[in-house]
Order: sequence, then structure tokens, then C-alpha cells
Amino acid sequence: MLKMLFNNYYETVAVILFGIGFTTLLLHRNMIKKILGLNIMDTAVYLFLAAKGYIYGGVAPILVEGSKEVTYVNPIPSGLVLTGIVVSVSSSALMLALTIRLYKRYHTLDIDQMSMLAKKEEM
Amino acid sequence: MSRQRSNYENTLWRKFERWVNGEDNSSMEASEKHEEKIQRISKEQQQDVVDFEATAEDVNELISKEKKRKIEALYRKYENWPQTKGIKIFTGLYRAMAVILCACIIALLLITVSYLPEFGNANNPANNEVPERYIENGIEETGAVNFVAGMILDYRAFDTLGESHVLFIAACCVLILLRADKKKEDKKKEQKKNITCVVADGNDRIYEPKNDKILQKIAFILVPPIIIYGIYVVLNGHLSPGGGFSGGAIIGAGLILYTNAFGFKKTSEFFTYKTFSTVTVCSLLFYAGAKSYSFYTGANHLESHIPKGIPGNILSSGLILPLNIAVGLIVACTMYGFYSLFRKGGM
Repeated sequence: MLKMLFNNYYETVAVILFGIGFTTLLLHRNMIKKILGLNIMDTAVYLFLAAKGYIYGGVAPILVEGSKEVTYVNPIPSGLVLTGIVVSVSSSALMLALTIRLYKRYHTLDIDQMSMLAKKEEM
Repeated sequence: MSRQRSNYENTLWRKFERWVNGEDNSSMEASEKHEEKIQRISKEQQQDVVDFEATAEDVNELISKEKKRKIEALYRKYENWPQTKGIKIFTGLYRAMAVILCACIIALLLITVSYLPEFGNANNPANNEVPERYIENGIEETGAVNFVAGMILDYRAFDTLGESHVLFIAACCVLILLRADKKKEDKKKEQKKNITCVVADGNDRIYEPKNDKILQKIAFILVPPIIIYGIYVVLNGHLSPGGGFSGGAIIGAGLILYTNAFGFKKTSEFFTYKTFSTVTVCSLLFYAGAKSYSFYTGANHLESHIPKGIPGNILSSGLILPLNIAVGLIVACTMYGFYSLFRKGGM
């Protein structure tokens, strides 16, 4: 098992990065740090996808003129990563905008204090 | 016959049931105990008061004051329990559980990774007939030298249309959330002026016009190459690495640098809210129109009548170049729009 983990070291690193991002998301109370954790998770997914598409000795999927004996890297994961990057940019922009609005309302970034204040307002 | 235990509220089962029902266990218990104590103490106090009333009034007053003080001390002691100890215990538990959960997830995923096919092997199941076809027939079918561009803007163009819409909708949401309401702000300012003369304003426009000489000189040198490079990346999307998204991001970065150096007033000479909305909406409409012909011709006839050209030339590969330009415009406008909305709530 360890040997396979070492062989697939890109995937291993991606999975560990994903865990780090998830831990950040759960442990921090600051909204900005939560968003950072989510972005780390995104990055881990890109790394995983890019690693899945790689072939040893492959070149970037752009036509090389002349020799026909060229192996190209799988182009599909690249397209998927592109989609992922765009969606993550939009979602983090949306989250940050919401955070700004919440900060303007409650003057805190701490999620616990925010919910306390919201409960008090309801009462 | 089932009989209920006298201390049923304090049994383990009842606690578990409360936890399952989502009732706040710790604070409720604490508050119950605390209420019980207060009630008991107040009863004692009442009895004492009754006893002492018969004897002497001064002593009675003194003792009742003492009792009150004691009760207040008790109250203070137990009032802070949830804030001090309870929350500490809860957060400690929560943190421990979170770390354990994450460790479990990492372990599970690592076990999965150890069963994945070997990294970089050409015979992996991910390298099946789909990418093979894209690479073998891509040139004839799309005319793009860059297989990724041919894939995302020809075979999977609907996917990219959805992506551009995601970006556009995100920009709209940020606009709704952050756009400064001018009427409301004016009203607020008037109110503030009525109350106090000093108006503390977090708006960036106060610092304009900008006089940062170093930044302005460097921006003067750097902005044109950055924007030209962005245009190059967009236009060569089907020939070299890059395309609409990356090139648009580069152009947006150039615009942001320009705004930082020269201020919003100069940028608004050529980029206003109106430009933003026209450019993005026109690009999206063009994209949707260019790719919706398959709705009318039937999904099986995806060939357009635009000539493919010679692969490798700038004017080749049919619709990919105009679509790249449309995507690049959307991305550049959205990037700059995000920046200016986050910074001052307008464009």
C-alpha cells in the first residue's frame, strides 16, 4: 500500500491537501479563513485532476508538427480543471461579498458571535 | 407496569434523548440547576424574612441584604457558567471531533488512492477512446491546433457557455450585494451631517486624485504590454496554450493595475457600469447565438458552414476564435467588475 501511495504521490499530496483544507474549514471561526480553507480544497481537486490526466513522456495537447510518434497528455482533465477554476473564482467572489455584507451588519467576522447577534435580533 | 424513575431527567438515557432531539443539554441542565438553587434560596430567604419580621426590623433588613448579596453572588457564579466553562468544553470537543473526522476522511481517501491505477501510465482507464478521438480527429473536425481549445469550445461548447454564465451570474450577485445605493448613502450623509460635522467615510474616492509617482510610472510602462499580452493570449487561444479565460484574466489584471495607479475617475472615462453590462451581455448573447444553431439543425448535424481554414493560421478553426474573444471579454469585464465592486461598490 505504501509503495502504491509513493507511486501515486501527486494524488496522495492532493488528498492530504484536501484534508488540510477541510480541517481549516471546520476549525476556524473566522469567515475569511473558512473561505481560504474552501479554496485550498479546490486547489487539491485541481491537482488531483491534473495528475490523473498526465502520461509519462507526454507533451501538452497542442499539435507538434513533423513527427507523428508523439504521445499527448489527456486533454479532458485540463478542460475540467478550467471549468473548476472558473466556478471556484465565482463562488469565492460570492462568498466574500456575503461576508462583507455580514460584516457591515454585525461588525464581526466571527461566525459564533454573528449567530448570537442574529438570535438576539430575532428575540 | 412501567414506573418512572424519580430522577428521570438526569439519567443517561434522558440526556441522550435530549441530545438527539437537539435540545441544548448543557446549558439547559445548568440553567435548571441554577433555577432550582435560586428557588430554594429564595424560599429560605422568605422563611427567614418571616421569622425575623417578628423579632426586629433592623436586624431583619441587615440579614435580608446579606442574603440578597449571597444570592447575587451565586447568580453571578452560575450565570457565567455557559459562557466560560460550557463553551470551552463544547469547543474543545468540537475541535477534537473535527480533527478526528478530517483524519478519517484523509485515511479513507488515502486507502482509495492506493488502489488507483498507477500515475502516468498510458494504459490507465482515464486514457480511453474519448481523448484518443479528440486527439486523432480533432484537427479535421475543429481545425484547432490546441486540442484543449478545440475540446472546450467545439465539442463541449455548451459546457463553456455554462461556465461563462456562472461567471456572469456571480458578477450579478456581487453587484446586488455590494453596489452602493446612492440615494440611501446621501440620506445617511445628511443625517450624519445633522448630528456631527465629522463624517467618517470608508470610501476610497476620498484619496483621489492619486499622486503616487512610483506606481504611476511603473503602471505607465507595464499596463500596455500586459493588455497586449492578454489580447495575444486570447487571439492565439486555438494555436498556443491559453484562451479566453486566461487571456481575459490577464486583461482584467492590467485594468486593475491601471485603476490602482490612476484612480477610478480616469478608468471611468472608458469603463463604466454601462460598458460592463453592454459588453458582457453582448458577448453572452453572441456566444449563445453562435452555439445554438444545433437547436435548429438538429443535434446530429453539428457542422457549421464556416470554413475551417488551414490549421495553424490565426484565421482558422471556424467559430473558436470569435468564441474565445467573447469569453475573453466576459472574463476581463468580470475580473475588473469584481475588483471595483469589492473596493468601492460601483464601477
